[in-house]
Amino acid sequence: MMGKTISEKILSEKTGKDLYARDFGFARVDKAMVHDITGPLAIQGMREITGNGKVWDSSRVIMLFDHQVPADSIIAAENQKMLREFAKEQGILNYDVYEGICHQIMVEKGHVLPGELVVGGDSHTCTYGALGAFATGIGSTDMAAVLALGRLWFKVPETIRFEIYGKLQKRVVSKDVVLKLIGIVGADGATYCACEFAGETIEKMDMAQRLTMCNMAIEMGGKTGIIEPDRVVEEYLKEIYPEYRLEDGLKSDEDAVYKQKITLDVADLEPQVAVPHRVDNVKPVSEVTGIKADQVFIGSCTNGRYEDLKIAAEILKGETVAKDTRVIVIPASRGEYVKALKEGLIEIFIEAGALVEFPCCGPCMGGAFGLIAGGEVSVSTSNRNFIGRQGSPEGKIYLVSPATAAATALYGEIVDPRAV
Amino acid sequence: MEVIKGRIWKFGDNIDTDLIAPGKYLGLPYEQLLEHILEPANPDFPKKVQKGDIVIGGKNFGCGSSREQAPRGLKDLGVGAIIAESFARIFFRNCIGIGLPALTSSDISKHFETGHEAEVDLRNGTITNLTTGKTLETSKLPDMMLEILETGGVLEMLKQGKL
Repeated sequence: MMGKTISEKILSEKTGKDLYARDFGFARVDKAMVHDITGPLAIQGMREITGNGKVWDSSRVIMLFDHQVPADSIIAAENQKMLREFAKEQGILNYDVYEGICHQIMVEKGHVLPGELVVGGDSHTCTYGALGAFATGIGSTDMAAVLALGRLWFKVPETIRFEIYGKLQKRVVSKDVVLKLIGIVGADGATYCACEFAGETIEKMDMAQRLTMCNMAIEMGGKTGIIEPDRVVEEYLKEIYPEYRLEDGLKSDEDAVYKQKITLDVADLEPQVAVPHRVDNVKPVSEVTGIKADQVFIGSCTNGRYEDLKIAAEILKGETVAKDTRVIVIPASRGEYVKALKEGLIEIFIEAGALVEFPCCGPCMGGAFGLIAGGEVSVSTSNRNFIGRQGSPEGKIYLVSPATAAATALYGEIVDPRAV
Repeated sequence: MEVIKGRIWKFGDNIDTDLIAPGKYLGLPYEQLLEHILEPANPDFPKKVQKGDIVIGGKNFGCGSSREQAPRGLKDLGVGAIIAESFARIFFRNCIGIGLPALTSSDISKHFETGHEAEVDLRNGTITNLTTGKTLETSKLPDMMLEILETGGVLEMLKQGKL
């Protein structure tokens, strides 16, 4: 029998069929994540299908608000009120506005386990693959079907395996690695594929670094990012579920068939920057050094975790941010915020002159706050530098790691964090 | 539904969902969001698009966010079909899910310009440029997807017990 990738194994298990890449199957969904932007349409759709009936399994639906938090308009408030009432009526767990960004909450609250099939009404749902789950973003109509039925049609994706080796230099992190990969394959280079990240560099990464890798898989068109779960995942989950034990065998077979294998030695990798207006327009930092930054944003589902804040705080400790640069720091969740607070990181940011905001998506959807004006430049640890993503369509966004962002905050222009 | 006729609106590569449904308007009432669909890519589009018009795109059309407001906005402004060199996955799936035809055609950008008149034949998988007379093949959707489009989307299929 032909070997399988981890993605083929999970989708076979969830459909009860022996599936390989390009097969179709009707799969049972383990968890569904609903947030404030795409949730209202999904619930409207579910009501159309079920005639005000119940969701398929209220214990498998997780709701929270993170894009427009706290409500920044009357419409946002009305939407959140509707979602809140729906969650109550249905008995769904709703974290409401209190916890932070969906993709961090799903993981840190233990809603994602290795081998599960998880869907979310957000393209960065692929983040959860860092725990060895098959996780993918869906639209509101598909979410309506999931809420009603608990099942969804899937095409089993082909897999691109990225094998990464070499020890990263100081202040070069997983964001730099994944930006480099996106630059190599292009914004559509992995369309419809599972992006499997493997190799010694990935094995040595902590959960925060791995979550960043998988989070960015969608930026090369991937259906999911996924990493074979190991002891790092098991230890992470033991913090939440002390009895948790990782099952053997949840990895790709030696003879699994891949669409492509890409190998990258990152020992000499420079910090990377995605230059406007495309995430695959990636350059080493040395080619963009000196670009003035009107705003620096450290946060988002990509890079708002404690570990990200820590590397930024190391650079900003005892310093003051550049006079003409606004610096916004947003921890990804309440939990990460408290960790950073207890370690003194938040104090470092505030003393340096940064604005520290409550956990939410912040400027990254271009609709809430922290927006940029026409002609302004944002240097950001988030995931998209599309036109208008952080405000004015005439603004420019450079995507970087937390280390590069902090170094930029210090000098008011893009700087190599290794030199700071 | 099987033959769609209208004017062409042509766009380039990597038309992302922030260009189609900009984040800063997502928090507005839906009717107001419609006034800004594809506006950053072509300010005339939301003002002048008409029922049956056909959107042409390059590579990776619809990349980015899963926000269904992007394909819905296009459909509700009257767009009859999108033909692109390639689509981002979630956007493509959302299009079919809401009943908006989305087809691929590798040379599409070379043979069509904004303002041309065109006709799309879904079942035969062709698009004809009525201004120049040129006909190109498009992808052919499987019967299942054609049925979803003809029924008016996945929700309608589910309501009618067809899924």
